[in-house]
Amino acid sequence: MEYFLILFSEVYKIIFLLVPVLTAVALIVWLDRRIWALVQKRRGPNVVGPFGLFQSLADALKYVFKEIIIPASSNKIIFILAPIVTMTLALIAWAVIPFSETFVLADINVGILYIFAVSSLGVYGIIMGGWASNSKYPFLGSIRSAAQMVSYEVSIGVIIINVLLCVGSLNLSDIVIAQKNLWFIIPLFPMFIIFFISALAETNRPPFDLPEAEAELVAGYQTEYSGMMYAMFWLGEYANILLMCSLGSILFLGGWLSPVDMFPFNIIPGPFWMIFKMLLLFILFSLVKAIVPRYRYDQLMKLGWKIFLPLSLSWVVLTSSYLLYFDLLPVN
Amino acid sequence: MLAHAIFFYIFSFIAIFSAVMVTVSKNTVHSVFFLILDFISISFLFIMIGAEFLGMIMLIVYVGAVAILFLFVVMMLNVAQQKNEWFTSGTRSTHIPIGLLISLIIFSELIIVIGGWKYKPGLTDSISIKIDANITNTKLLGNVIYTDYIHLFQLSGMILLVAMIGAIVLTFRERSGVKKQSYFKQISREKKEGVELAEPESNKGVKIDT
Repeated sequence: MEYFLILFSEVYKIIFLLVPVLTAVALIVWLDRRIWALVQKRRGPNVVGPFGLFQSLADALKYVFKEIIIPASSNKIIFILAPIVTMTLALIAWAVIPFSETFVLADINVGILYIFAVSSLGVYGIIMGGWASNSKYPFLGSIRSAAQMVSYEVSIGVIIINVLLCVGSLNLSDIVIAQKNLWFIIPLFPMFIIFFISALAETNRPPFDLPEAEAELVAGYQTEYSGMMYAMFWLGEYANILLMCSLGSILFLGGWLSPVDMFPFNIIPGPFWMIFKMLLLFILFSLVKAIVPRYRYDQLMKLGWKIFLPLSLSWVVLTSSYLLYFDLLPVN
Repeated sequence: MLAHAIFFYIFSFIAIFSAVMVTVSKNTVHSVFFLILDFISISFLFIMIGAEFLGMIMLIVYVGAVAILFLFVVMMLNVAQQKNEWFTSGTRSTHIPIGLLISLIIFSELIIVIGGWKYKPGLTDSISIKIDANITNTKLLGNVIYTDYIHLFQLSGMILLVAMIGAIVLTFRERSGVKKQSYFKQISREKKEGVELAEPESNKGVKIDT
């Protein structure tokens, strides 16, 4: 009986976390399209609901009622498994994201490693989808995407090491609390820029959306997918983007902390600050999508391995020598 | 404790099952996917015994990087076809005896390890490092690796570096006649060298792209 009570309360907490996340995903898809349209002097989705807010809902309904087509020459089990893997991995990472001191599902010791591991597993959904489709465009798209994600993960990992050197803990809440006096965006500003660009590449967003470059590869790894399975890829992708936004705000923008600990700011509860910072980062993401042209593949690889990796590695040396020289290393 | 036991048996069953499927399944890509499943369930077992750092590193390094490269190679080479050729063609393959020899060595090593654990139960108690439950195991590992075993740690890094350079040297081939983009050249180009006025003679033309 006791087990069931624990199970029930955990399931309740998970639902309480996942439903807002999925709603947020639907809303940011709308926001993304809207910003994209505004930059190009179009109106964007503005018909369904007030300001077109229910556009994503209408789209989702359309996908649910469409037929799921499984190509005859595909590897059926892996073909069906791929969108499930993508979406599951995009959602389970939210378990460790802290929205305030208490508002966190699992406050584990190795939170940042957990997020890093889950986001590095995300590439499997894409590889599986591309391979199982048994067709040229998806396969090329998935191979591109895998190479891209593995490359940029390396620089994200090194940037995370920079932050961890200043914190001295792998726990996400500790990372936020360590920024109480100074957000890490100020001392580690170049790393924030590199993190932002690497996050764009890691989530296959423009200008690094080569896996689904429509001019060359139709839709990349999603070419053979239809109906609900396509929608699941799509949901997973946007949930990953939102996750990267939350990771950026936890690592550099002080998570749930208010910018200054003074009267009008500190009465606003923590989760609102967190959501506000995530939205800010997301708006930056979609502005980049609207104004920057797509990279060529060799330029993308060059940027990842020859520029970002040496730069962030040398910054690790700089940070650690600075901390060591001024005796600021966090020892507890 | 009951839930712990149930999860332990679920994960170890999946680990053993997928380990068997790696060798049994006919499609090589499937066996790589089973290998990945095996890695994942073993990292879950690591986390269950409290070694959360090792479990996460296992996920990041083996599943997130090594297995993807492995999958790449298997997808690109048509391994299934090659394997079938070995078994059907009349000539005996040299790979099978070597593979058998290596698996025999690994098997006997396993027997020695498991036998030692069985007949000398105090083996795990003789480790000199004290494990304190209050310190997170990330910190504990860091304390040991970067102090007592720093030379071994750096040595292993050197071995990996040498292996990496060796692989690059073995596969590197310089192709002639390939145009490469050089940012420095592009940016430092000036109007003087970029634009040239020429007066071509009739029916001769101008040769560009020198």
